[in-house]
Amino acid sequence: MKKFGGQPLFLDRNDINTDEIIPAKYLTENSKEALKPHILEDLHLEDFDAGKDITGKSIIVTKANFGCGSSREHAVWVFEVNDINVVIAESFARIFRQNMFNCGMLAIELPREDIDTLFTLGTDAVVRVDLEQNKIIAESSQGQKINITFELNSFDRELVQAGGWLAYADKKY
Amino acid sequence: MEKTIAEKIFAAHLRDTPSSTNVVLNIDVVLCHEITTPIAITDLEAKGLDRVFDPDKIKAVIDHVTPAKDSKTATQGKIMRDWARRHNIKDFFDIGSNGVCHALFPEKGFIRPGYTVIMGDSHTCTHGAFGAFAAGVGTTDLEVGILKGVCSFREPKTMKINVTGSLPDGVYAKDVILNIIKQISVNGATDMVMEFAGPVVDQMSMESRMTLCNMAIEAGGTSGICMPDRTTAEYLWPFLQDSYATVDEAIEDFRKWHSDPDADYVAELTLDVTDLKPQVTFGYKPDEVKDVTEMEGMPVDQVYIGSCTNGRIEDLREAVRILADRKIAPTVRGILSPATPAVYSKAMEEGIIKIFMDAGFCVTNPTCGACLGMSNGVLAEGEVCASTTNRNFNGRMGKGGMVHLMSPLSAAAAAVAGHITDPGKYL
Ligand code: SF4
Repeated sequence: MKKFGGQPLFLDRNDINTDEIIPAKYLTENSKEALKPHILEDLHLEDFDAGKDITGKSIIVTKANFGCGSSREHAVWVFEVNDINVVIAESFARIFRQNMFNCGMLAIELPREDIDTLFTLGTDAVVRVDLEQNKIIAESSQGQKINITFELNSFDRELVQAGGWLAYADKKY
Repeated sequence: MEKTIAEKIFAAHLRDTPSSTNVVLNIDVVLCHEITTPIAITDLEAKGLDRVFDPDKIKAVIDHVTPAKDSKTATQGKIMRDWARRHNIKDFFDIGSNGVCHALFPEKGFIRPGYTVIMGDSHTCTHGAFGAFAAGVGTTDLEVGILKGVCSFREPKTMKINVTGSLPDGVYAKDVILNIIKQISVNGATDMVMEFAGPVVDQMSMESRMTLCNMAIEAGGTSGICMPDRTTAEYLWPFLQDSYATVDEAIEDFRKWHSDPDADYVAELTLDVTDLKPQVTFGYKPDEVKDVTEMEGMPVDQVYIGSCTNGRIEDLREAVRILADRKIAPTVRGILSPATPAVYSKAMEEGIIKIFMDAGFCVTNPTCGACLGMSNGVLAEGEVCASTTNRNFNGRMGKGGMVHLMSPLSAAAAAVAGHITDPGKYL
């Protein structure tokens, strides 16, 4: 089973849209790899520098309505090619959430209090997702430990296990 | 059990129930354009799955960047063209017959009441105006749609929006939908179908209903939807004559899709539009909306009239109410992009194109163009555009540019004044 988690990247804002995740001008690229350097290029947040802050991160923790806007799956692929395969948010836009599961990646929704707790961790923490036990297990560099249970519906879980919707659908339909 | 229109469409297309909250639906039409489809095609090819479930149920267009602007966009066009030929996809629209997808496909009669429609484009919700369930999807959903003719969704929850009162002169569907998004916010309808109903919607043309449904996604909605009625049947009549003897027979048949009176809605909103003012966005989110009068005097560098939201003939007719016998301000660049060749020809016939040109507008071929900042009117850093499109995200029409969304009438007024202003002054 794939490993989900690692060092978190905190994006402290609601409504981060797909244009901010990957601008439209890169939609003419015909390979996922070509998107890599442009991750979150148009996201303007205080104290955030996409060029530096992405390095070493493998999980994103953010607020409400993440991934709103266009249907571009490029917004998921740009995470994938940067070795980020989990986004934890208070809520997601529908198409982005579906695209994550369709690619065999995890989009986990948590109540605001849990998100706020994760935000206290610091960027050098380690946040792991245990799919078998439905738990997010986090530990900060100061030794602060957090254990949060999440819900995943059985179909979304099957998509992750199948490696995505194409593999699932090709077999089943 | 009483059902909403979305629930009826889901029930009629149910293919599988992979969990208690997810369904897999049979899809009636898979729509394709050259930004999101080529990468789906190349991925299917790479996996040895280069097949289509039914070439007659796949419709394709090159619309976002056309004619191609560079080698990369030329390649995207070529991949689409070769694929359409290879699989005998007859409904493929290229230069000379192409236009903005969500304006072109309805004109061709491809969308019918009760249909399920998907496309790799978030504004696919537009097609719900015909009483269809129409949802934007990503590349993987598109690939599975092309290959198998199915797509997965969660059970549809519906928000009902009742539009009552009567629209004042100079206030349009665009103002109504901007005001709704302002009220419910950019995620107010996430995972919901937005059902537009009430006397104002009943009286709207198909074009106006498409404008309403087009922006459902800006509130997070999965699809917009309107009840199919006489207006729908008359719009589609040229394509329905093999199926029905009369328009009335079609209307009668469409009733099977209407929401039942006691259907369950997760939310309801009533909007009386009698005192509604023209609306305009002010920030980088489509729910940051004010009355146009609150933005009076904000200078604009460019005015863009076009797109799947407001590039149809009705929109152009509105704009010329203000542009006729007037010139646009010398500080403004005016761009008109009629959404389809049919809109373009009709606008020529009616003398609308001449009015735009005499006023000082440049007229482009039908394309998405400036709407997504890829060609035909990209903004420079610090520039401001009054636009009839649907998205004002930071950088949408060009890095560092600002977009104010508004109706065609308000955009025409901004062009003449050189700044955002109340269109009522010019009527
Ligand atoms: S006109 Fe704009 S919003 Fe509509 S399909 Fe084209 S790019 Fe998308």
